[in-house]
Amino acid sequence: MSDGSHMPERAPQPDRRLFLKVALGTGGALVLTAGMGRAEGRGEAALSAYVRIGADGTVTLQSKNPEIGQGIKTSLPMIIAEELDADWSRVRIEQADTDATRFGAQFAGGSLATALNYDQMRRVGAAGRALLVAAAAARWQVPATECRTDPGVVVHTPTGRRLGYGDLAADAARLPPPDLASVPLKDPKTFRIVGQPHGGIDSARIVRGEPIFGIDTVVPGMLYAVYEKCPVYGGKVVSANLDEVKALKGVRDALIVRGGTALEGLLDGVAILADSWWTANRARQTLKVVWDEGATASVSSEGIAATAAALARQPGTKVLRKDGDVAAALAAAAHVIEADYSYPFIAHAPLEPQNCTALMQDGKLVIHAPTQTPQAGRTLVARTLGMAEADVIVHVTRCGGGFGRRLNNDYMVEAAAIARQSGKAVKLLWSREDDLRHDFYRPGAFHTLKGGLDAQGRLIAWHNHFISFGQGDKFAPSAGMSGSETPARLVPNCLIEASLIPAALPTGALRAPQSNALSFVFQSFLDELAHAAGKDPLDFQLSLFGEPRMVGTDFDTSRAIDVLKAVAKMADWGRPAAARPGLRTGKGLAFYYSHRGYFAEVVQASVTAGGEITVDKVWVAGDVGSQIVNPSMARNQVQGAVLDGLAQALGQEITFRDGRAEQSNFDGFPLLRMPQSCPVEVQFVLSDHPPTGLGEPALPPAPPALCNALFAATGHRIRRLPIDTSALKA
Amino acid sequence: MSFRLTINGKARTVDVDPDMPLLWVLRDVLDVKGPKFGCGAGLCGACTVHLDGQPVRSCRTPVSAVGTARITTIEALDQTPLGRAVQKAWLDLDVMQCGYCQAGQMMSATALLAANPSPTDEDIDSAMSGNICRCATYNRIRAAIHQVAAAHRKG
Repeated sequence: MSDGSHMPERAPQPDRRLFLKVALGTGGALVLTAGMGRAEGRGEAALSAYVRIGADGTVTLQSKNPEIGQGIKTSLPMIIAEELDADWSRVRIEQADTDATRFGAQFAGGSLATALNYDQMRRVGAAGRALLVAAAAARWQVPATECRTDPGVVVHTPTGRRLGYGDLAADAARLPPPDLASVPLKDPKTFRIVGQPHGGIDSARIVRGEPIFGIDTVVPGMLYAVYEKCPVYGGKVVSANLDEVKALKGVRDALIVRGGTALEGLLDGVAILADSWWTANRARQTLKVVWDEGATASVSSEGIAATAAALARQPGTKVLRKDGDVAAALAAAAHVIEADYSYPFIAHAPLEPQNCTALMQDGKLVIHAPTQTPQAGRTLVARTLGMAEADVIVHVTRCGGGFGRRLNNDYMVEAAAIARQSGKAVKLLWSREDDLRHDFYRPGAFHTLKGGLDAQGRLIAWHNHFISFGQGDKFAPSAGMSGSETPARLVPNCLIEASLIPAALPTGALRAPQSNALSFVFQSFLDELAHAAGKDPLDFQLSLFGEPRMVGTDFDTSRAIDVLKAVAKMADWGRPAAARPGLRTGKGLAFYYSHRGYFAEVVQASVTAGGEITVDKVWVAGDVGSQIVNPSMARNQVQGAVLDGLAQALGQEITFRDGRAEQSNFDGFPLLRMPQSCPVEVQFVLSDHPPTGLGEPALPPAPPALCNALFAATGHRIRRLPIDTSALKA
Repeated sequence: MSFRLTINGKARTVDVDPDMPLLWVLRDVLDVKGPKFGCGAGLCGACTVHLDGQPVRSCRTPVSAVGTARITTIEALDQTPLGRAVQKAWLDLDVMQCGYCQAGQMMSATALLAANPSPTDEDIDSAMSGNICRCATYNRIRAAIHQVAAAHRKG
């Protein structure tokens, strides 16, 4: 996450280094454990890899990070297996449970897993291979340099003798561990696993319908629970007709749970426990709760918009960036363009509704949860219930989607509280209505923009007033902005200021947080400026990036230029889309840099006379470094992210009235369906940089590329999401 | 009330409220966890099962409405050559991301292909429009359906 609010601290720790331990496992297995530890090797070691090579040649790898559909359960083990030169068909992958003392940071978010683990995982695998080669050389009494590996076997090249890894495991386990810093790594040109498409590790189980998701968890004696919270965020229970609910057939218990005031934590509610989830959920029709709704009951989307409009007429209260002199540059500009943009709150809506199974067992609270942040969940549960963290055990299940929603563990602390208070094993499951009404929404915002062009059509001034949410001068979660979002740092006179609306609404990170919304505003406005300058949008972007160079410590304009040129070629940018009767068709371009990834996208869209939109095709060029670990999953992630972005732009919006969300299911909050889907052509531009993640950075360019295509098709500029098709009528 | 159901070729008797949707009879009473809960309103298709070969949303089908219809879930997809071809195409093309919706997608796709062995893109749009994939793996779902159809044409 770019705001870092949900993520473990990623600061470099120079006093920590990668260590490797080699041990003999049961049955003559070679066991390698690796992790980050203090240089002196004392205490506090965080495990990052576990590798076991059994005497039968089976290689077992533990995947430490939660699987949310991003494919990490497959791709991190692929990296170890590559350098180990394992036979992939003999590799088994296990999901590691939450154990901060063993595994260090375990999370899914920020597209960070590949970036953080690529080099480490390679070295661990290479060390295992070096040990096996050394064991074989000793057995044959030959120099190790005469030996090579084929998948799963060591070969003595001069004589062709072969020994399987299983035969060598016990010998290798008795050798001293190689130095990880100097262990030889493979030349990436010889990779056999990394860079090849691999299906997901769980896919065969999924096509058989096996019960591997959180919602499928069953524990002995389990009851099914629902949890009714106040529809107004942070509201309190005054009273509830528990006796009437408990008298219903199949209902086993009903109880009031008391929570705190933090929206991310346990909130007041009423739990109903029953023999089946349907029975528990139906009992909500009988449940009557008197709520103290609190101050948020007066919040509405209309009120927020009115507040924002008033704030837009005043200077910002917070300066995020100030370069040069914007006022002077705008006064001297040949053209000044002004526009107001806005985008709504939206929900994550992972298809598996929030759920968690919890039970007390021998004084410990045992939890099974689909979560992106198991360690943070354990801490939240322990703190809320006044338990020691050691007494809270979190088993991570496969997640039916994450998108950032499962960075928050509200459903985990609810299940834990219900289990402890009722003394029963419970599976808490939210309805879709619970999910859409109690999300940590991608916050909406309002932007006023002024751009100044000189006589040659160059962008010389950029003024952005960002009206967002927060208390005092502190942004609400994921409601901030970095001050270095493109095109900041590229325009000599740049002022970015902010004003905050103090509404107590739950907000959080959604796939490509902040970037997913800011891209729409900035890349649409740049398109406006390009047209005002009389320039082709591609040429305008290329001239903005200018000479290949580093901007700040992280942004490489040459990588931006390369993906823009690549996508222009793929989409035949200079050639207009073929005309079709009854349709207005156009192509739109957008670029965005987020989560270390550089993505440029072209959308071709068509509009009927009635304003109905069809997205014909999307072309994507992305640079995430020198190596795509798993090309099949990488393309799938990019296609999904692009279509996700289009769905947001085409129809998604959460609105508030009387302090509560107005949308409650997929009728009011539409997700993309097959007929709205379109082909997404993906090209990876390989560059000489360490590989970085893919879950997020392909999303941000999609909404503005679509809106720019609609402008090209119709001449109507979209400045508010979701797109109002009535404005697109011919 | 007692209901006799035929699920994946096996007779099962359940004693449940007649209004209980088939989805919850399957998941919570009979421990058949393949059909998934996504919306409870017939809007997402994650709960799709077959009744006598026809795709239905089990979250909106009361158990009392099932009658004598044969119920087929994802767990029995491999009992027919077409079902196995659908499973193979899903794996060959590495369709899934989170995988949660795919049981419903595959049940809808199998019903489509059983009725129409060579569907056009328009046929696919129509038959699959009730199944949401939140990860938006639609490019690959479409390709997988075409792959099964092409294999069928080759015989």
